[in-house]
Amino acid sequence: MNTVVDILSWGFLLAGGAFCAIGALGLVRMPDFYTRMHAAGVTDTLGAGLMLFGMMLQAGLSLVTVKLIMIGLLIFFTSPSATHALARAARARGLQPLLATGKGPSKRS
Amino acid sequence: MFAGAAAALLVALVLALARAVLGPTVFDRVQAANTVGTLAMLLLAVIGFLTGRPDFLDLALVYGLLNVLGTFAVLKFFRYGDLGDPGEDEEHHT
Amino acid sequence: MSRGGNRVAHLASVCITLYAFWLLLSGYFEPFLLAAGAGSALCVALLARRMAIVDPEGHPIHLALAVLAYWPWLFKEIAKAGWDVSRIILDPRLPISPVLVRFKPSQASQLGLVTHANSITLTPGTITVEASPREFLVHALTRAAGETVVGSEMDRRVSRLEGSD
Repeated sequence: MNTVVDILSWGFLLAGGAFCAIGALGLVRMPDFYTRMHAAGVTDTLGAGLMLFGMMLQAGLSLVTVKLIMIGLLIFFTSPSATHALARAARARGLQPLLATGKGPSKRS
Repeated sequence: MFAGAAAALLVALVLALARAVLGPTVFDRVQAANTVGTLAMLLLAVIGFLTGRPDFLDLALVYGLLNVLGTFAVLKFFRYGDLGDPGEDEEHHT
Repeated sequence: MSRGGNRVAHLASVCITLYAFWLLLSGYFEPFLLAAGAGSALCVALLARRMAIVDPEGHPIHLALAVLAYWPWLFKEIAKAGWDVSRIILDPRLPISPVLVRFKPSQASQLGLVTHANSITLTPGTITVEASPREFLVHALTRAAGETVVGSEMDRRVSRLEGSD
């Protein structure tokens, strides 16, 4: 039983770490500011959520889990607000988003 | 296994830092700083487990609060050039 | 929810929430710390009332049950969208087609609008750039993601959420 929980939590931790890294990679790869924000969103939601869940499985039912939930809620409520404020501020400053033209996905490398 | 998670977070931190250095606009840098904040929060929590000291979770919580405040303060400054500006609340408050 | 009649009950719930927050953060259950926590919670609740920042909007206790049904659905959507965005990031061709989408949200209250806008932003691949009762401006990473926000299931679910007080 304990081993099952351990393996599960490791899986969540590693998946969370992978999504964090993918989001950060997107932050470097994406071509303009607005698209980069989407990549950062992967880190903030999936990456953080899976990692915190993995740690909760390790901690079991304790105050540590409660604190992890608080950290999760903090990210859950503040990350979209910060992202929205950032996008709004950038737009108010006149930063134009790069938009796709024509049909189909735009090809950029 | 926590070491593996910490390593992944460090890789992500380096990539986010690269974006913060590359810019090009100030908003890219703020976004990168915000991501660095989230990653640092997670890293603090993981270090807490890695070293068996759950006190680190409190640090992570405080770090997260400061991270959000910092992001909003910087944004407000770049948007209005002033931290004391009340902003644009004209339509919704009576 | 009648605003006048439930004021005291609402303030009490703020107080209880704050006290629970104190207890869970501290983890010590000695008489002195328990009393100090109760005092702090009471003081903060009264101060917040004096500053007129406690209202059903800032502490929406009446939505607590409805949100339990909404969040699991939202988490599922976040997981799906996050997977899609991750695939795009890892794709060597980087198949993005960013679009801006304008549409009118169907929520009536500020709380509903904010919930809807935040849910859109939380879902990777879509970000609310401008939010007003008349119009949301959403930036989407792909054209397909942009199409999903207009008249979406999320819109309907948030409307149901805000109507359930």
